[in-house]
Amino acid sequence: MNVLHLKFAAALIALCLWETPVFAVETTPYFFPYVSPYEATVMETPPAYQYQAPKDVPTSVFKVYPFPDRKIPDVFWYQDGLTCSLVYQKEEAPLIFIIAGTGARYNSPKMVALQRAFYQAGFHVLSITSPTYSEFVITASSNMMPGYLPADAKDLYRVMQLAWKKAQKKIRVSSFNLTGYSLGGIQSAFVSKLDEEQKVFNFKKVLLINPPLNLYSSVSRLDKMLLANVPGGIEHFGDFIDDALAKFSEASRAEGFVDLSGEYIYRIYRRYPPRQDFLASLIGFAFRVDSSSMIFAADVMNGGGYVVPKGVRLNSSTSLTPYSQVLFRTGFTDYFHEYFFPYWQKRHPELSEQQLIDKLSLTAIAPYLRSARKIGLLGNEDDIILAPGEIEKMVDIFGNRAQIYPTGGHCGNMNHPDVVRYMIDFFRKEG
Amino acid sequence: MTTKMTRMLIGLMLLTLLALCGCSTAPKTGPDTQPPLRTLENTVGPNMKPAATISDPFEGFNRGAYRFNYYFDKYLFLPVISGYQFIMPDYAEDRVSNFFDNIYELDNFTNSVLQLKFKKAAITTERFFINTVFGIGGLWDVATHLGVHRQNEDFGQTMGHYGVGHGPYLVLPVFGPSNLRDATGIAVDGLVFDAIDPLNFENNDLDVPFYLLYAIDTRKRVDFRYYGSGNPFEYELIRFLYTKKRELEIAD
Repeated sequence: MNVLHLKFAAALIALCLWETPVFAVETTPYFFPYVSPYEATVMETPPAYQYQAPKDVPTSVFKVYPFPDRKIPDVFWYQDGLTCSLVYQKEEAPLIFIIAGTGARYNSPKMVALQRAFYQAGFHVLSITSPTYSEFVITASSNMMPGYLPADAKDLYRVMQLAWKKAQKKIRVSSFNLTGYSLGGIQSAFVSKLDEEQKVFNFKKVLLINPPLNLYSSVSRLDKMLLANVPGGIEHFGDFIDDALAKFSEASRAEGFVDLSGEYIYRIYRRYPPRQDFLASLIGFAFRVDSSSMIFAADVMNGGGYVVPKGVRLNSSTSLTPYSQVLFRTGFTDYFHEYFFPYWQKRHPELSEQQLIDKLSLTAIAPYLRSARKIGLLGNEDDIILAPGEIEKMVDIFGNRAQIYPTGGHCGNMNHPDVVRYMIDFFRKEG
Repeated sequence: MTTKMTRMLIGLMLLTLLALCGCSTAPKTGPDTQPPLRTLENTVGPNMKPAATISDPFEGFNRGAYRFNYYFDKYLFLPVISGYQFIMPDYAEDRVSNFFDNIYELDNFTNSVLQLKFKKAAITTERFFINTVFGIGGLWDVATHLGVHRQNEDFGQTMGHYGVGHGPYLVLPVFGPSNLRDATGIAVDGLVFDAIDPLNFENNDLDVPFYLLYAIDTRKRVDFRYYGSGNPFEYELIRFLYTKKRELEIAD
């Protein structure tokens, strides 16, 4: 899951602080500077190792309205349509749709990095916000209960068609392609399968970047990263952050000044190398921030009953603090068992919880994935959202269409030159 | 003698304090309202310390101000800033930023002295002279290149240093996230700046362009956009983050 796009997470990390040490650049076979998958996930590729792409690319940002008649509740007064972005070439070119990871938007840092790299390689890029992002839940989801991959795929497919309708006034396209990272990766697989039936785009190539094998298994791991790594449990998270800030403050007193430049942060990083349990808890916390806003949006849009009282009217001056406090204590897995499963069971009484869990996985559509030669997989052996053995199961499904790197954590190496070049080659190659 | 801008600022704050009464933050309930599955009582529990809570008795007003700032940014502030950035070359923008940083070393100096942090006061003095002389009136920040780093201190920090708590959280119109202590600090720093009047505003009419450009330069340097995260709990997260950031600055 993309856990780092949120301002808060970024700011927390900026406050607690580490940044990337600078290493000498060399172009040897794949080498990644972070051995720890938690460091790789939080810190991402150090600047000296990043793929170099232009910073300014021609971009058009626009909105689509999949449900123009839907009444947006007062509490979401700032919402208006779903924002998408198009990065475009002047000439005819192949187009790549990108689906963002959990809780991430069309313009999150990982999305922007992909846009720049694909633009440089000669592609148009249409970026789609994740169905787990509150704006998507509110404006573009049909059932407003995200997580059910076949339904999310339909919502995404609808948005992609509307986005394409707007984009085609501006560009000429030679072929359609699809990719997504993290949750967006597994969603790409389901969208691709839907496209086989509806044939609107007839995707030429589809690349899944660091997807979970099984949604439930991965969200359980992310929930546990927060719960298992805060000393004394989640109710002490506030103390935990205070402690981290105190350490930062102590370090900056020793340095004699404070600033938030990369160089300064690296000095602090050397003084206090980050602890693995702290990094894990930060990842878990960022995920909790994402999932809490998603669950709140889903609950309000469905009339309440989970954390918001049924029949209550919230507006722009209503305090949402009590709901945020409840949701910071509510994991994605709690949502799954207490709200999400009952919702789907009401519609499909024969469905058991285990059957639902099994349905939300690449395994569930394995026969399709085995036969679809156009789909490729990009994974990391040390991906923290995968349980032991899951990467092998993916390799079993995708065979020689799986490209697995030994290190990189979860999406930590997406900006590594070797990885980016692999993605570009994947979309350039015929068949 | 206070300048027009400071009078405006103080007026704005008084208005803020007046407006603090009113605005209910409780959700509207009806006869068909039913309690949800998860409540504060059954999820957080009575003897657990809730995470990330900051005293916010004026939340109704604050949320209104937060919303006001969203529109103020959207229809006035950000368009003005785009215009400014369109007209000005980046290089010139940086000179403007450095100029304001240099003139406001005054705040850093007075507040370092008030906190009896004489080393910081000395560093600030050194910076001011280096940048004013070699940086030509502060247009270039030569001092930082020489390893003489900026020591940020304001009156809010001074009060914090002497044990004044942050008080109720406040979202100030235009100024953004603050609290009673820091808002008072902004006003006091403004009064001190006027009293010293380093640019002799008493005898010229440059105060209005100065403060307008200062406002533009300050907003330009802050990436934050109201509801930019799209997170429904952005207000809560910013409230927590602002308070923690200030604690960190006071501890330094």
